[in-house]
Amino acid sequence: MKYRLGIDVGGTNTDAVILDEHLQVINSIKVHTTADIESGIYAAMHQVIQQAKIAPQQITHAMLGTTQCTNAIVERKHLAKVGVIRLAYPASVAIVPYTAWPTSMVKVLSGKYEIIHGGSEYSGQPISAFDENELKKVLDKWQGQVEAIAVIGVFSSIKPEQEVRTAQLIKQQYGDDFPVSLSATIGSIGLIERENATILNAALDKVMRRTADGFTQSLVQEGVKNAQTYLCQNDGTLMSIDYAKAYPILTIGSGPTNSIRGAAYLAKVKQAMVLDIGGTTADLGVLVNGFPRESSIAVQVGGIRTNFRMPDIVSIGLGGGSIVRENSTGEITVGPDSVGYQIEEKALVFGGDTLTTTDIAVRLGQAKVGDPEKVAQIDLAFAKRAAAKIKAMLENAIDQMKTSRDAVDLVLVGGGEIIAPTELAGVRQISRNPQGPVANAIGASIAQISGDFEKIYSYEKVQRERALKEAEKLANQQAVAAGAKATSLSLVDVNETPLAYAPGKTTKVRVKVVGDLA
Amino acid sequence: MRYLDASNIEKIATGASLLGAGGGGAPYIGKMMALSAVAKYGPVKLLSLDEIDDEDVYMPAASMGAPMVLTEKFPKGDEFARAFNRLGNYLGTKIAGTFPMEAGGVNSMVPIVVAAQSGLPLVDCDGMGRAFPELQMTTFHLGGVAATPMVVTDEKGNLSIIETITDKWSELLARDQVVEMGASASVCLYPSTGQQMKANGVDGIITKCERLGEIVHQAHPDHDQQLAAIQALTHGYHLFDGKIIDISRDTRAGFDYGKMTIDGLNTFEQQSMVIEFQNENLVAYRDGKMVTCVPDLICLADMDSLVPCTSESIKYGKRIAVLGLPADQRWRTPAGIDTVGPRYFGYDFDYQPLEKINTEVQA
Repeated sequence: MKYRLGIDVGGTNTDAVILDEHLQVINSIKVHTTADIESGIYAAMHQVIQQAKIAPQQITHAMLGTTQCTNAIVERKHLAKVGVIRLAYPASVAIVPYTAWPTSMVKVLSGKYEIIHGGSEYSGQPISAFDENELKKVLDKWQGQVEAIAVIGVFSSIKPEQEVRTAQLIKQQYGDDFPVSLSATIGSIGLIERENATILNAALDKVMRRTADGFTQSLVQEGVKNAQTYLCQNDGTLMSIDYAKAYPILTIGSGPTNSIRGAAYLAKVKQAMVLDIGGTTADLGVLVNGFPRESSIAVQVGGIRTNFRMPDIVSIGLGGGSIVRENSTGEITVGPDSVGYQIEEKALVFGGDTLTTTDIAVRLGQAKVGDPEKVAQIDLAFAKRAAAKIKAMLENAIDQMKTSRDAVDLVLVGGGEIIAPTELAGVRQISRNPQGPVANAIGASIAQISGDFEKIYSYEKVQRERALKEAEKLANQQAVAAGAKATSLSLVDVNETPLAYAPGKTTKVRVKVVGDLA
Repeated sequence: MRYLDASNIEKIATGASLLGAGGGGAPYIGKMMALSAVAKYGPVKLLSLDEIDDEDVYMPAASMGAPMVLTEKFPKGDEFARAFNRLGNYLGTKIAGTFPMEAGGVNSMVPIVVAAQSGLPLVDCDGMGRAFPELQMTTFHLGGVAATPMVVTDEKGNLSIIETITDKWSELLARDQVVEMGASASVCLYPSTGQQMKANGVDGIITKCERLGEIVHQAHPDHDQQLAAIQALTHGYHLFDGKIIDISRDTRAGFDYGKMTIDGLNTFEQQSMVIEFQNENLVAYRDGKMVTCVPDLICLADMDSLVPCTSESIKYGKRIAVLGLPADQRWRTPAGIDTVGPRYFGYDFDYQPLEKINTEVQA
């Protein structure tokens, strides 16, 4: 028998599961997430392997969905000194790199930047001639002072060649191992937001090395010696360790994505809305063709505005531990504060003194946890009003995620799912699953590998069919680089967005392919 | 006279975005340029119209072209210094300062950048009192001030001075040059004397934007009180609260056309609103009845936070408040209505002032 090990780090808990080769859950475990994150990962790994009573060498694939990158950004820890090279001069000098960044972050990253000649117009024409000597002078100056470099060219999503050449020259001078992040491979149109995402990616270099190497080494210590190891990306697919070291930023947001994917897998659906109710918050995402829908607006990461790919998640302050109150005007409020993981001490049903959403659910007979006698004194009319409030909060969030008036199918998971009613407006049907509480770790372990390629083409210059073919080929190459089996690749999404105002049938083409683990 | 610093700029950007009436471009890049400029050169001096000399010549500064391109390729920073210098020589006069031509996310900010860099004062007026899509749609045009001589320049140093026989020609010729320069360029147009500004400018627009931004950004927001304050400041009407249930868009000839449908919430429950736009919002119908039309402003804001939104950023499910604000009086004259009234935008009905339609509702 061959097994898969999946670990997913959440805000409160770190979950681990072992699946067999038919993707059936053999064992699962929850431990508290630790401040350093890694010791929680190692504890979960150790316990789940011990309890599953399988030979560790039979684990052939190990997947990790982790928040270490997010954490490093929030805490400003282990980040690399990043030099920023913008290929744009004379354009764009009016807003220099690191503008509007938190100063504490700029300090850690050293704040070094140069805006040199290069970059393209929307038409692909050069803004100014790229000058290799000018770049070399910058590299001479920075020698020994930066640990990673971010390269950002104006309209590099139309003409990525200059960024690629810049990376070659950097590696010639600083060595092949020197980390270089290229903006065309990370973000979308919008120079500032793409530049910010590229800088963050470069800054996370050491964090990801440490995460990936720590994961691999601790697997070996547990006796898992033959496994392929992967990191989870935020689009619901996996990347090889080497790929993850090049694109650490893509791990940000992988947690909610894993929940959505795991939930869908349990419910056996590919199009649905997924509601993951935890102890403190409820996260809502949408599954399209088996993958989470992406956010279309700029996303803040650690107070920095970026535009790299992120799942579209709505999070509200409503969970199984949310505190229920009646204010002075007689209105009932629910959350956003919560007793969190202390629910088994603080909630009324467990003998505590705090009225929570779980108590309301038990009072109304929706759930059977704790001691129902302990909530019998709650006024029934009050409980009904609180339940109506909870229902309205969920319906409101669901409605915000919809793209049309049509009713949706809802998959309900998470430890706090008992507080949800059996019927919700705008929802056709609700499905639940006993393994819902570890849906995230399941999501991590069932994931495949993707290639996701984006480029801007002028259909007047490159025929549409040729452009789509080329994009698919490049997406395939990317998937193989990330660890996919070349023969298993299939096209899952082609997205063409015509760009308003730009002449020449300028269209943003985005192609996504998915394949099995090699 | 007073000085504008970073905190003033944040507020002005928000207020201008509201007066953008659904258009005016994404405020982020404009605001970042202005914040960068004052961080580098210091605060900007703001003069009111009654503080400027009648004979001095002022030069509005603006960004022209595709908003998408501006998010990727923005200016170097010295474009306007060059433009002012060359145009000053051409006119044989010194440029005394600058002012915005429109109140909108981007072009309310560009003159602040120019003022910071050049050390010249900024004057508290504009030529629209809102945002409009075309270059001849200004109160200066109505008052007989010519758009040209006009400067079009790019970050590389290319510069042209255009003189045309009508303002519509300026729009056509400048639009072509802008495309060649990479679909986004810096322009100076409608050079005006202090006297012309006093006669034609929308007085106090920068301060008005700032006050609006201040209301939206207050530390302890009280929604109803904020809404009342915005209405009091603008003499506006709260036309609707609701949720976007449908939005359709179509891009033709460089403009963004579309229509949004909103389902009523709060006191507007059971009602429905439709808004049609061409970059900026043009006409609003409530339950099939027209309640506001261009040139009066139809402004959109987040229903809870009252942070303004552009029609570009609207999507299904978004909850918005819709405000109707009366346009500057000059837009309500026969010449104003000819230039920007409903018939100019292809509607087969006459302009009706917003307060006439909505008085009974408000009362």
